[in-house]
Amino acid sequence: MNFEFSDEQKQLKTEARRFLEAKCPPKAVRAVLEGPEPFDRDLWKGLAEMGFLGVVIPEAYGGLGAGYLELCVVAEELGRVLAPVPFSSSVFLATEFLLVAGSEVQKQAWLPKLASGEAIGTFAFVEGNGPVTPRSIKTAASNNALTGTKLPVADGDIADFAIVAARTGAGGDERSISLFIVDLNADGVTRSAVETIDPTRSHARIDFKGAAAQPLGPTGEGWRIITEVFDRAAILTAFEQIGGADRALEMARDYALERMAFGRPIGSFQAIKHMLADMYVSATLARSNGYYGAWALSTGAAELPEAAATARVSATQAFQHCAKNNIQVHGGMGFTWAFDCHLFYRRSNLLALNLGSLSQWEDLLIARLRAKNAA
Amino acid sequence: MNFDDTPEEAAFRTEVRAWIDANAPKHLREPLSQAGFGSGPQGFDTMAEAKAWQKKKAEAGWACLHWPKEYGGRGATPIERVIWGQEEGVYSALGGTFIIGHGMCGPTMMTYASEDQKRRFLPPLAAGEEIWCQLFSEPAGGSDLAGLRTRAEPDGDDWIINGQKIWTSGAQYSDWGILITRTDPTVPKHKGMTMFFLDMRSPGIEIRPIKQANGQSGFNEVYFTDVRIPGAQRLGPVNGGWQVSLTTLMNERLSIGSGMSTGFPELLDLCCRIETPDGLAVDDRAVRSKLATWACRQSGLKYTGFRAISALSRGETPGPENSIGKLVAGPTMQEIATFALDLQAQAGVLVDPELAVATARFQAMLLRSPATRVEGGTDEILRNIIAERVLGLPADIRVDKDVPFNQIPTSAGR
Repeated sequence: MNFEFSDEQKQLKTEARRFLEAKCPPKAVRAVLEGPEPFDRDLWKGLAEMGFLGVVIPEAYGGLGAGYLELCVVAEELGRVLAPVPFSSSVFLATEFLLVAGSEVQKQAWLPKLASGEAIGTFAFVEGNGPVTPRSIKTAASNNALTGTKLPVADGDIADFAIVAARTGAGGDERSISLFIVDLNADGVTRSAVETIDPTRSHARIDFKGAAAQPLGPTGEGWRIITEVFDRAAILTAFEQIGGADRALEMARDYALERMAFGRPIGSFQAIKHMLADMYVSATLARSNGYYGAWALSTGAAELPEAAATARVSATQAFQHCAKNNIQVHGGMGFTWAFDCHLFYRRSNLLALNLGSLSQWEDLLIARLRAKNAA
Repeated sequence: MNFDDTPEEAAFRTEVRAWIDANAPKHLREPLSQAGFGSGPQGFDTMAEAKAWQKKKAEAGWACLHWPKEYGGRGATPIERVIWGQEEGVYSALGGTFIIGHGMCGPTMMTYASEDQKRRFLPPLAAGEEIWCQLFSEPAGGSDLAGLRTRAEPDGDDWIINGQKIWTSGAQYSDWGILITRTDPTVPKHKGMTMFFLDMRSPGIEIRPIKQANGQSGFNEVYFTDVRIPGAQRLGPVNGGWQVSLTTLMNERLSIGSGMSTGFPELLDLCCRIETPDGLAVDDRAVRSKLATWACRQSGLKYTGFRAISALSRGETPGPENSIGKLVAGPTMQEIATFALDLQAQAGVLVDPELAVATARFQAMLLRSPATRVEGGTDEILRNIIAERVLGLPADIRVDKDVPFNQIPTSAGR
């Protein structure tokens, strides 16, 4: 059995960590939190130079042509440092949509630009409150022109293009939804930044009024493609969450060692030790489930949908658990703007929702386990 | 990343599989796989069958296969041992009687007994001809094991034992036991203990089964009245028993990759069958949410085990992540059992296998699971271990650390 990352992948992880510790210290995250820039452009450029934006993009399209295990490794390191860049939108979503459903022309048009960082892509899906269903999508396409409003769209204000889910059929079923590529700088597109619980990751509202749209994949296949891409993105995001959970646990541990109260380090109190032990348990379960997802993603195993939901639920729970208890261990200091705890708390709750809520993924997980048992 | 055997592992697995296929007691497969939680397999003489299977394995070199050959093993590698366990599958339940002896007493004897003693005692222990128990816990020394009070006093070359042990599994049918005692109460507690092994049929030993909260009796109290142990049966130095006990306890965390049961697959099955006023239980979103959390714990434990097996496969020592197993599985099993009864509503109180859902499996789980959270290290002790050994947090401040043992306040009076 070899249920572990290879030595080369571990070396990549070390390289990514070294790079990100230098290029993305907490003050870089704070610069986006408090400043006018929607993302860290220098970091984005650096990630492109390292090849990290095109890890799984084939060399023919300007990528590294490496595998998903390598991308998981990079995702974890980005999660550790709360990288304030549109990585998940551009790499986990836009790139995956093109790889899964793009025509040769579309791949040639966009993949090299995504790999080089010249273009940022995103996925415009959500239309306001509540879970997205085939029935709830109102944005409609006719004659390759889109009309409707998407809110919120991660990185919608800075992306060059978006994959858009839109209605092409009258019914409320999955077959009524199709995907389109839209140039966000073209006529008929207006966008405005919106504030979220995590200002270190930019979000926008996008209004389409007859915007030119190019079909991505066959008409009526949108929902199926979205499901497939979300499963992949769930595993990659899980690694981002695992990285964040680990870092939050380390911060709490370090503070518990250094902070003195009642004449002793607070880390010598069982109430604190046990809280930290429970955080370690969550983080460990999430990591092991993440490995399962990584295995399924890298091998294209039939278990991928089940593994994706498992990895997603486990990682969401772990990051939320570790981030909230990191504040608790820090006490009052944890609730100050100056301490970094709230950055992890914000990010953990953003990532808990960005691909659909925890309860949606819980539903998916049980549905998939039932299907397996019934088979 | 893959779940495949290396060529050597695959060859070993083939050999194991062929031997098991040719030799396993197949008439027991059915009762063994139906044995429920909290109740052993029914319909055969468990002890006789367990001994017969163990003897057969020993004769072919498959008993305690990671032990050296001269002590009854086959000098197998850790990963070979894992593969054996996977292939032995349902028949491994027959080994329950020998777990303490093979897992804890054997390694302790291996480290501290004389060469003659090892050659005398280890092969019959491996072969299941002699059964061993471990006499550690006491009424006043559970989590605080070093608080034990059973005395050993020298008498010529021998030692005389007086006191009481508790929670001793299998004492009633054991031939030998390892015993930790207090030999100097005037020094701090960790510095005044000594370890022995002894004949469980020595005069002065009285064994009484403990009736457990769930009505069963898997453990015993063992009373010692002027029990004589030859000096040659001391393990480690006089007053050096704490170090010896650490060897024993370290071997308690050996069940790598075996994956502790949580009851999740059974609960999912129940939720897909049990009717509520709104349809099947699993059609309720609140039910699915709970199920998902437990599914992730079950899966997380499984793949944490796989990570450990992978480390063994590479010849490395598994990382600390393995320490989470019982801490996750114990409480999860209790939560699952409680919830399974909740789904059954008023009828959830029934414990007759003929009347209750799923042959009363969940009721048995409910009543047994509190013990899982206590035995072999309580949830709280396990959290301390993770916090201190994995995360590097300071040890608890111990007020009795430097106090002579006989001056430490006790619950009985101060």
